[in-house]
Amino acid sequence: MEYTPSSHRQFVEHLFRHQAGKMIAVLSRIFGIHNLEMVEDVVQEAFLKAMQVWPLNQLPDNPSAWLMQTAKNRAIDIIRRQQNFQQYSIEIARQLQQETETTIGQFFLDNEIADSQLQMIFACCHPSLKPGDQVALTLKTVSGFGTSEIAWALFTNEASIRKRLFRAKQFIKENNVQLEIPSGIELAKRLDTVYTVLYLLFNEGYNSQKTDELIREDVCAEAIRLCLLLSDHAAGNQPATYALLSLMCFQASRFESRVDDNNSIILLENQDRTKWNRELIERGYYYLSLSSDGEQVSVYHIESAIAAEHCLSKNFASTNWSRMLDLYDLLLCQKRTPVVMLNRAIVLSRLNRNAEAISEILAMEEIDDLLENHYIYNAVLGDLYIKNGDMVIARTYLRRAHTLTQSAAEKKLIDSKLLSIDLVSKN
Amino acid sequence: MKDFMFIFKNNPNAPSATPEQMQANMQLWFGWIDKLKAKNVYVAGEALTATAKKVKGPKAIITDGPFAESKEVVGGFFIVKANSIEEATEMAKDCPDLPLNGEVEVREVMKF
Repeated sequence: MEYTPSSHRQFVEHLFRHQAGKMIAVLSRIFGIHNLEMVEDVVQEAFLKAMQVWPLNQLPDNPSAWLMQTAKNRAIDIIRRQQNFQQYSIEIARQLQQETETTIGQFFLDNEIADSQLQMIFACCHPSLKPGDQVALTLKTVSGFGTSEIAWALFTNEASIRKRLFRAKQFIKENNVQLEIPSGIELAKRLDTVYTVLYLLFNEGYNSQKTDELIREDVCAEAIRLCLLLSDHAAGNQPATYALLSLMCFQASRFESRVDDNNSIILLENQDRTKWNRELIERGYYYLSLSSDGEQVSVYHIESAIAAEHCLSKNFASTNWSRMLDLYDLLLCQKRTPVVMLNRAIVLSRLNRNAEAISEILAMEEIDDLLENHYIYNAVLGDLYIKNGDMVIARTYLRRAHTLTQSAAEKKLIDSKLLSIDLVSKN
Repeated sequence: MKDFMFIFKNNPNAPSATPEQMQANMQLWFGWIDKLKAKNVYVAGEALTATAKKVKGPKAIITDGPFAESKEVVGGFFIVKANSIEEATEMAKDCPDLPLNGEVEVREVMKF
């Protein structure tokens, strides 16, 4: 027998994961999202069957279609079993069976699959769910991640993820959450929550400090994929969707250049800009241009414009800080959060308004609480005081930042700053 | 060269794999089979479904499976060629299910 090389038996990356998401969405539409657990079992069964059959036989021409067909057959089987056609005449029984098959078959058409996936996204991003639960449920049901992978990606343990998933599913059952695509004013409101969850998902992957883990890039890529899915659908094809998409592309373009070979953080000002991913930056601009439609300027528009500003500058020194400040002022009108205020203060300091930057941070309403619990406010204040020449105060803030951060990379960065203070003080 | 049978058993109580893990595992199976084929030692292989029936004793009593008492489920088999059971066992060490707590039984096919 002639030997055939293995090259044709190579799966597309993440094929199973993406297919699992599709299958869960379609089957949940058929059985109702309150039967999510049963749906997950049916999907798992289809994959197990593939595991058994494919290695020993010819790989099907279209593995995704094979999996979908297996799920479809099982769905028809389950529905038939629950309807006792035998008690009617043979003629009507045959007709009813036929109708069941036709009805179920419709859910497996491409446009219906897209609808189901979007409905699933809306359900997982239900505004009444807690943010952490929304993210976990989205990764599990829409993206086909396993609990172990979600725990890995979100830097927590499996037990806590299982708890979150259980709580979210329970909420969906008890509150009779329906799979639907909202319309009118409701759509805009629900899309807002979806954007928040997708951006949170992206940031979970982007900001986690265990940057050596591939799974984090997977999470960012997944957030972008879901955003694209949203933009492909009539209901999600909105300027804000493109703005968020472009923001994610701009941020992701810097993925590789944020950490060096020793897993130390490289600050924006020291990053090698030639390492920024040009293709993602191009895509960012493309989506940003698509987003400049309509009258609404969303926070994502502004944040993307800020990210674009960085990508535009040849180097850190030529950053247009005054334009940056305008953008932050604009952002502050819509999103008056401590993080935005902190970032605006950093821009002020770049414009040689260092003292103003410090007093703006210290004037924040919840600053005592923030300084007690979050390393970043301490770290930034430490930097600003160094710039001001107040080394004693700077040291106090940096030391507290050091205690508060869990990340080895952050600790290393703070250590190097503390060391430079010591050197300056000695001289 | 003699014929050997690899009997693949998997542990039904093993934690369920994620889609990503299953994809990676299947890719390993493809690679393993292709390697055996390239060496011209792969003769045949089949997968078995999980449903089973047992016929037993003089009265031919039929029981329906899957059988709860068995700790493992036979998932399929290979026939491969090797010079000795040691060589065959060495080949079986590449089975991609071993890290998932799978098991391979290696048996020589008796020739008369």
